[in-house]
Amino acid sequence: MKFVTADRFAHRPLALGGGVLALAVLALAAPASAQNRDPAYAAARSAGQVGEKTDGYLGFPTAPSAEVRKLADDINIKRRAVYADKAPAKSATVEDYAFTAGCLAIARTVPGEKYQAPDGSWHTRTGEPPLRDNRCPPAP
Amino acid sequence: MTSQQLTNRIAAATTPVMNRGASRKRKVVQRCMALGVVVGSALALGGCISVNAPDKPIVIELNINIKQEVVYRLAADAGTTIEDNPDIF
Repeated sequence: MKFVTADRFAHRPLALGGGVLALAVLALAAPASAQNRDPAYAAARSAGQVGEKTDGYLGFPTAPSAEVRKLADDINIKRRAVYADKAPAKSATVEDYAFTAGCLAIARTVPGEKYQAPDGSWHTRTGEPPLRDNRCPPAP
Repeated sequence: MTSQQLTNRIAAATTPVMNRGASRKRKVVQRCMALGVVVGSALALGGCISVNAPDKPIVIELNINIKQEVVYRLAADAGTTIEDNPDIF
């Protein structure tokens, strides 16, 4: 009995270490999608140089630099290609598909990132739910 | 004198001489009535409450509900698309 107690104590540092490690892994995994973003894109997002528009594309809350504009234009072209690829399978227009993706993309912004409200104004995401078009599906 | 009000369209028992005068009177009355109708309709037209078609087209916002239905239908698929393309979202 005493041995078991001692054994449990002996393992406590290990368990603590495991807990810390798990937390660290969770912290790294939290922005899972951000890990796959181009570092320049990720930086522009968190700096608020680009934001999610209501129409499903990236926009510029402030006048963009040439690099940021090119970066966003490239991503928007890729996004449009994806929307155009997926929309016909759901018998939807590219615009409707993009709008739906925009609803979701705005819902997925993290605090500090910029998004466009239904009135067209730019907002910084806080801990509160973002202002979205009332046609948007409820955030998951 | 024959009363025009009471015997308007019924031939009054008159002699041809009287009748001649009556028919002239009737013509005058008819002319007056025609004039009255013209003047009356002109007045009526002037006094009409004019209902004009609105300048702007009447728009019924049906597309709101249609779009919401479409968006709800696409939500799951669009969510998967975003998950599958983490580099551009």
